[in-house]
Amino acid sequence: MPDAQTLWLISPELVLAIFGLAILLFAIIWRERVYGALAWVALVGLALALAAAVNLWGAHARLFAGMYAVDMFALFFKIVAPIAGILVVLISMDYLRERTRYRGEFFVLLTFAILAMMMMASSANLLMIFLSIEFLSYMSYLLTGFLREDRKSNEAAIKYLLYGAITSAVMLYGLSLLYGISGSLNLGDVALTFSKSADTSVQTLALVATALVLAGLGFKISLVPFHQWAPDAYEGAPTPVTAFLSVGPKAVGFAVLLRFTLTTLPGLPEFANYWTPLLVIISIATMTLGNLVALRQTNVKRLLAYSSIAQAGYMLIGLVAVNLGGSSPFSGLNGVLIYLFAYLFTNLGAFVCVIAIENATGIVEIPEYAGLVKRAPLVAALFIVFFLSLAGIPPTAGFVGKFFVFGAALREGFLVLAAIGVLNSVISVFYYFGVVRAAFFLEPKDTSPIRVAPLVTLSLVVTAAMVLLIAVYPEPLFNLAAWSMAMLK
Amino acid sequence: MIPLPFYLLLAAALFCIGLFGALARRNAIAILMGIELMLNAVNINLIAFWRYIQPAAPTWDLAGQIFALFVITLAAAEAAIALALVIAIYRSRDTVNVEEVDLMKW
Repeated sequence: MPDAQTLWLISPELVLAIFGLAILLFAIIWRERVYGALAWVALVGLALALAAAVNLWGAHARLFAGMYAVDMFALFFKIVAPIAGILVVLISMDYLRERTRYRGEFFVLLTFAILAMMMMASSANLLMIFLSIEFLSYMSYLLTGFLREDRKSNEAAIKYLLYGAITSAVMLYGLSLLYGISGSLNLGDVALTFSKSADTSVQTLALVATALVLAGLGFKISLVPFHQWAPDAYEGAPTPVTAFLSVGPKAVGFAVLLRFTLTTLPGLPEFANYWTPLLVIISIATMTLGNLVALRQTNVKRLLAYSSIAQAGYMLIGLVAVNLGGSSPFSGLNGVLIYLFAYLFTNLGAFVCVIAIENATGIVEIPEYAGLVKRAPLVAALFIVFFLSLAGIPPTAGFVGKFFVFGAALREGFLVLAAIGVLNSVISVFYYFGVVRAAFFLEPKDTSPIRVAPLVTLSLVVTAAMVLLIAVYPEPLFNLAAWSMAMLK
Repeated sequence: MIPLPFYLLLAAALFCIGLFGALARRNAIAILMGIELMLNAVNINLIAFWRYIQPAAPTWDLAGQIFALFVITLAAAEAAIALALVIAIYRSRDTVNVEEVDLMKW
């Protein structure tokens, strides 16, 4: 029986589990009568979970026989997750009302998805990693296919599921090999076996196993060559779900990848020789492919899908250049965390703009954005802010993130990698500003003003404010990142 | 006792057959069957490793067995979601061939 202290340490998860089940129960009992209210219940639950996570800040404990780590690194992601959840709930209410009769279940799935994100961030055990990743994946499949009568939504979900199931089976095979090598499921014990064993066959097997695990995590983060699902899933999914998929699973995918890499791999002598070049190649391929294919997209959701693939490539630079030894602010890891935080608001913001237009007019094709500045001036203006941030141009949050990631690469001597990263950022400006060009410089066919719903406007203002705030006053974020990485040393 | 490599070879072979099936078949149900084979290969691995890591019975470290039980449970959950989606697809298009599910392409 867990004691009160343990329950206190998992309070964010408990709050979400209780609220998720409660919403499910209400949706089953009262059906249509309460669907409108359930979104607000979900909001309350997410806000409480956020408060609980903030309240736990500073905790450092291993729960349930070392399976579950509650440290500041995990809490960083437990703060990120409910924020993403709250924004997604705000933008999904109006969207769902017009498209489906079964709105209640959406918020159940979303709440559980946020819970799964929190569990992923805390996983310190192979079984726990597998369970939480699958939990998040199943919720994501269901959310993607949520519009049951919509053929695109169906198609997106089945493609996402088939890719996801295959990569997770591959990852699982890698996990079973790791168990065989170390005889334990705990990440700490796995690391210990790696460092003690001088046997080359064990080392080789360990490299194979970790590469298989990377396949599963690469799928969640949408790294090339495990990215093919992303454009289809993003385009077909309901747009609020696309917004969620582009930030949520990616952020916690990085959380697991960072924890896994930084705890187990330093014990492997061949770690630097094989792992770093592999990550460098994946990073370059991910950035370049994402950006080049994005150039020729005309659907804005698909464009943002490829853009988010490219963003994962930039973040991976931080992991390549990771150096936990020194006290420099360019440790790579804090670059990844700052980048993730900035990316959360930027990418969600860009999707809020898309939803604002889509809700009122159904438009998702970029040529039809012509003259948007005359029809919805606020949305058009904020598109510029978010795209500047995605491209990494100051004064926006995206610039701060890129600054630290590229800075770490330069400091560790990955000059070519940093140069390719910067070059890719330049390429990305072209397609981002293709959208801006349509919105500002083309003549609209239809000049009727677009009415943006109040909740969507609210999320627009909040995300835009955060994007600018992080750029002008980044210190709290630096400290947050510095504290969370201290826990992984 | 049968030596450990025999089990591992069986599991590796099963995994490869499953992976081939999942990648080569065009019928969504057949792909799911391939995935199930891959998951079962993992289970063989886990149980074989567990038996050789904990040779003395009775033992209290059941990590490998428990992992296998979780894999079986999750495979069932995954199959439920997958079949629900396949039925939704079938209702709207009268096909479960993944090559014909192609509204979106790059």
